[in-house]
Amino acid sequence: MAESHGGAKAPATDAHTEADGGHHGGGFPPFESSTFASQLVSLAIFFVVLYVIVSKLALPKVGGTIEARQNKIEGDLTEAQALKDQSEAALKAYESELAAARARAQAIGNESRDKANAQAEAERKALEEQLAAKLAEAEKTIASTRATAMSNVRSIAADAAGTIVQQLTGVVPDAASVNAAVDASLKG
Amino acid sequence: MKIDPIHQFNIEPLFTIGHIGHQTIAFTNSSLYMLVAVVIISLLMLASGAQLVPGRLQSVAEISYEFVASTIRSTAGAEGMKFFPLIFSLFMFICVSNLVGIIPYTFTVSSHLIVTVGLALLVFFTVLIYGVAKNGLKFFSIFVPHGVPGYILPLVMFIEILSFFLRPVSHSIRLFANMLAGHIALKVFAGFVAMLGFSLGAIGWVGGVLPLALTIALYALEILVAFLQAYVFAILTCIYLNDAIHPGH
Repeated sequence: MAESHGGAKAPATDAHTEADGGHHGGGFPPFESSTFASQLVSLAIFFVVLYVIVSKLALPKVGGTIEARQNKIEGDLTEAQALKDQSEAALKAYESELAAARARAQAIGNESRDKANAQAEAERKALEEQLAAKLAEAEKTIASTRATAMSNVRSIAADAAGTIVQQLTGVVPDAASVNAAVDASLKG
Repeated sequence: MKIDPIHQFNIEPLFTIGHIGHQTIAFTNSSLYMLVAVVIISLLMLASGAQLVPGRLQSVAEISYEFVASTIRSTAGAEGMKFFPLIFSLFMFICVSNLVGIIPYTFTVSSHLIVTVGLALLVFFTVLIYGVAKNGLKFFSIFVPHGVPGYILPLVMFIEILSFFLRPVSHSIRLFANMLAGHIALKVFAGFVAMLGFSLGAIGWVGGVLPLALTIALYALEILVAFLQAYVFAILTCIYLNDAIHPGH
């Protein structure tokens, strides 16, 4: 660093000797043109290094992290939405199934009620018919019994009339005239 | 005790790398802090983990990423994302080196005009070359604003062209001057505390409370400025690049 520009003045410089700006002594450092080259060269080197690091490593890495997070959040949100849709679909399916089951239960209830009604009706009809038959039979029996009784009454009446006539008159009446008289009085 | 507020900006060569013509190219304290910034950024971005649920450092890395990305999208549109690595490098390099430079006894890389000029020219030529490569001669329509009456157009074009070529100047000086002035102001106020203390004894130490309070306030301001200037540099880069991407506007 012994070499300086404007060599004539240089050797006299004092304490804070500077590499290539010594001859300016107490000058204003930012305007010392002899330091410019060094600064520009180091700026160029370090800025290029920084640019390469930033563009090849730093930004892809940080950008990738941010993007991965964004994707993760979006993915999670979509997944949550899908799950929500799924649960809503399940709820809807459950509700429709419930409604169907209810309808089916209603139908089964109606059907069984109708069937029970029909059966009861049939049974009732059968029973009624049976009863009617029994009634008819009973009436027939009564009628026949009465007819028998009535015929008995006639013969009894004829006998009684014959006997009475015999007792009163002592004459055995003619059976045919007694019968005719009994018939006439029964009719009357 | 002499307090020299300029001393902090001295370039101290650490070792010589080589020569270009008569120029000695040295690895200086400035180079060292550039290296520090590169190492810090690399560690922050690469060694901070890639968890699904980020930790603190990873959050910082991701917030920087999202911050720069949204800045580009809002100023230069989706097409501006082509320049994401460049703008991210610029923003992080300036922000980290500024924040490191604010620590006492360190060196601030961007307090040297040549560094900010280098960065501003990088942006300027990127805009110019990309703009011409992408749009051809249409790129120069940025000098011809719409709806300007014909008789005043030459003047407007002259101003537009001038302002275009002055962009790297304002772009670089804004950052440089902010860092330089902030560090000088800090050093001067901090120097008052020591000067009062050493020259006036006990009374001086009591009197030093005021400049000390100012130093603390300035320090907080400088932390803001360190970040803000990096942001301003990055957003201006986006705006300039937007001209190259959409010259019609």
